[in-house]
Amino acid sequence: MRRYGTSFQQTYRTLIAYVLLTFGAIVFGLPFFWMLSTSLKPIEDVFLLPIKWIPNPIKWNNYIEALTAVPFGRYFINSTKITLFSIIGHLISCTLAAYGFARIPFKGRDILFFLLLGTMMLPSQVTIIPLFIIFKQLGWVNTHLPLYIPSFFGGAFYIFLLRQYFMTIPTELEEAAIIDGCGYIRIFWDIYLPLSKNALITVVIFSFMGSWNDFFRPLIFINSPDKFTVPLGLAGFRSEMGNYWHYLMAASVVAVIPCILLYFFFQRYFIEGIALTGLKS
Amino acid sequence: MRLLRSKKFRINLVGYGFVLLSALGIFFFNLGPMLSSFYLSFCNYDIITPPKFIGLTNFYNILFNDKIFWKAFVNTVYYVGVSVPLRLLFAFLIAILLNQKIRGMGFYRTIFYLPTVTSGVAMALIWTWVLNPSFGIINMVLNFFGIQGPAWLGDPKWAMPGIILVALWQVGTQVVIFLSGLQNVPTQFYEAAEIDGAGSFRKHLFITIPLISPIFFFNLVIGIIQSFQVFDKVYIMTAGGPANATIVYVMYLYEKAFTWLQMGYGSALAWILFFIIMMLTLLQFKFSKWVYYEGGR
Repeated sequence: MRRYGTSFQQTYRTLIAYVLLTFGAIVFGLPFFWMLSTSLKPIEDVFLLPIKWIPNPIKWNNYIEALTAVPFGRYFINSTKITLFSIIGHLISCTLAAYGFARIPFKGRDILFFLLLGTMMLPSQVTIIPLFIIFKQLGWVNTHLPLYIPSFFGGAFYIFLLRQYFMTIPTELEEAAIIDGCGYIRIFWDIYLPLSKNALITVVIFSFMGSWNDFFRPLIFINSPDKFTVPLGLAGFRSEMGNYWHYLMAASVVAVIPCILLYFFFQRYFIEGIALTGLKS
Repeated sequence: MRLLRSKKFRINLVGYGFVLLSALGIFFFNLGPMLSSFYLSFCNYDIITPPKFIGLTNFYNILFNDKIFWKAFVNTVYYVGVSVPLRLLFAFLIAILLNQKIRGMGFYRTIFYLPTVTSGVAMALIWTWVLNPSFGIINMVLNFFGIQGPAWLGDPKWAMPGIILVALWQVGTQVVIFLSGLQNVPTQFYEAAEIDGAGSFRKHLFITIPLISPIFFFNLVIGIIQSFQVFDKVYIMTAGGPANATIVYVMYLYEKAFTWLQMGYGSALAWILFFIIMMLTLLQFKFSKWVYYEGGR
């Protein structure tokens, strides 16, 4: 009797959960669906009431017209280049620093680590004005350098994440290696990096998103259209295209696709990375 | 003895080698700019002529002579005050739903998380279209229920609520953080409560919420810090308009520093923002008695 009761309750709860989840998914997914639908409509159907949800006829040409109206290919190449260099920079500087902070007891380590964590508290608005002045004096304004060079000099969040991960690797491995006569560099390269594949992928993904979706810094440092990144190009496209929503949505779809693909392939790492920051703080 | 010293020396050297790049980053991209921004906030500086020290004039003007600053401040407080609690509640409810052990969960998680992983500019564009007064889906739904929808981004009263709607849609990060907390709640607690006859609602109210209160706290602190710096959405959707109805703090700072090239004034704005954020964070820590830490603190 009791068992029947609980299983009935269980089914009832599952049903409620499904109903609520489906409702939520529709609310959350609808803007995406509408973006896709608008992007494939002929212009006269865009401003049609009641709304036509399924485009008919499907106008694939919108994409070609939108992407050739402004040099989106150029923006894509620019964004790809900046993102790639940022990731490489973060991988080099952050893995090295994380290992140093995790395993080498050098003098002043704790103070430096404390300073590093302190930089996470610093809002980027405080440093952006002097950085702009510095980069202007270096002649770097309106080049891509200010957007990726800083990542070769660390990133507090990634260093913290990698350090936490490195600390979970048992030191016995290291002690064995030291008896073997390996130095710190060898240990770092031969033991820590190969064992930290998951953490490294997490860093790559977050670095990708930070760089690919960044709008504030490109807006400040870049002003000639041939150097635009995808988000900048999209913003410029908006002021140029005004009410051509089918073109704007087509461009948005293209801008959003790399992120969605990345998410599909590396879902697990997204979740782990975020969960790690949540728990450790 | 000499050997020991030289070993210590070598460890230091190797250690500095490993952290060299990041240490340079801390000093040249963070602390250095931070100090010079502090100095600039007491200066008049337009990039072309050298900075001129003017004492507290910038701060005085911001606080006592700048109506737009106060407008931006009030708008930002409005945005933070409405969006942060709503997002917390929203994220928590979604996380509870996503924590059920039912089939197809991967699909649902993806849908809720997508707005967070995609570019903020694209999201803002999509929502500008969604909120279109005549052809957007929001007003179409309202119309269906016989409600005449507002002009949203074109109406000074409704522009900010429109922007807040977008923020509510981007709760993926908070959801994931809540989820990781929920998954750490030991199941014995729920089983004990079920034996005592507690329903689903009471179980969450009396067990889940106290146990994951540290996560609530974390999400609250991070949420306030991030919302105070809202920029992308506003820049794309309204550019601060109509009639400054949505001008927010960072938007105003951006305009002062990079459109009008008032770098000293902009630095002063940045430091006031920094001060506000620090104060809010400290206050929250001071009043965080409601947070339950397992095994005391």
